[in-house]
Amino acid sequence: MYDFTEEELLRYSRHILLQDVGVEGQEKINNAKVLVVGAGGLGAPVSLYLAAAGVGTIGIIDGDVVDLSNLQRQVIHFTKDVDTPKVLSAKEKMLAINPNIKVNAIQDLLMADNALDIIKEYDFIVDGTDNFPVKFLINDACVMAGKPFSHGGILRFEGQTFTHVPGSACYRCLFGAPPPPNAVPTCSQAGVLGAIAGMLGTIQAAETLKYITGVGELLTNKLLTFNAKTMDFRKINTRHNSHCKLCGDNPTITELVDYEQATCDLKKH
Amino acid sequence: MAKIVVNGENQDVQLPLTVAGLIKLNNVLQPEMVSVQVNEEFVDRTEFDTLQLKENDSVDFLYFMGGGC
Repeated sequence: MYDFTEEELLRYSRHILLQDVGVEGQEKINNAKVLVVGAGGLGAPVSLYLAAAGVGTIGIIDGDVVDLSNLQRQVIHFTKDVDTPKVLSAKEKMLAINPNIKVNAIQDLLMADNALDIIKEYDFIVDGTDNFPVKFLINDACVMAGKPFSHGGILRFEGQTFTHVPGSACYRCLFGAPPPPNAVPTCSQAGVLGAIAGMLGTIQAAETLKYITGVGELLTNKLLTFNAKTMDFRKINTRHNSHCKLCGDNPTITELVDYEQATCDLKKH
Repeated sequence: MAKIVVNGENQDVQLPLTVAGLIKLNNVLQPEMVSVQVNEEFVDRTEFDTLQLKENDSVDFLYFMGGGC
């Protein structure tokens, strides 16, 4: 049982007022442990909202430092933070919003040899990365470890997201394997409207809080896509793919791999 | 003409038409990168050239989106 202080009751009062959340739901949030992979465009809004919501333990992993070109969308980093490790900049802002939470800043890259060890500490994982190799790594590690996660992707004026829980469609069910390096452009190559990161990141934060509290229906077996040019939102029904190489009837992927990625993406996120 | 639904919108097409034909008809950029569902079932890439679409089929094109930073 979580013992709320007066300060916390006031801080979380707008959650507690929600009939679906209440004190019990807020207690679940305070006890939850969430890992955010990437402290960039998606990781920024996700981390800020989860910290504000009172998620008890937030892990954030990223190996990069803040670059001036990040500030157009990565709203957790300020101009003064340029050249600072992103996870330290993010931790500072999260604790400034909510000193009651614990933040694990992991200044590292998520790789095949550390992924399972890192995610095992957490209840829910949020993919806020900017490249396919790590998106597939998060998917594979979470499916293998039986962890739920939120997938997010943005490009130009568009975004896509889905939520995975054990048994529901995974990223490989939908897309098979990573595209060859440079076959599909990334934000650093094709650009992205900054606010798109906020739109998609807050959807991922909402899914995380829904998972923790058990409120509503998750985006499982659904791919939500939107195009901000027209503000068309679409939910595509998907389902577990029996041919999936990871979670299908005859799986051939049994261990994690580090896929090659375009080197230009490693530098400037 | 036959009616099929592509990404949620009606399209009039001439049958017979394969998945590969529909991809071409819709000018999908990088056809080798698109995932295709017909009536909410994923179609194996090796079947794009042979799978025939039917009246009222619902087809979804799913695209890779790798950004996040």
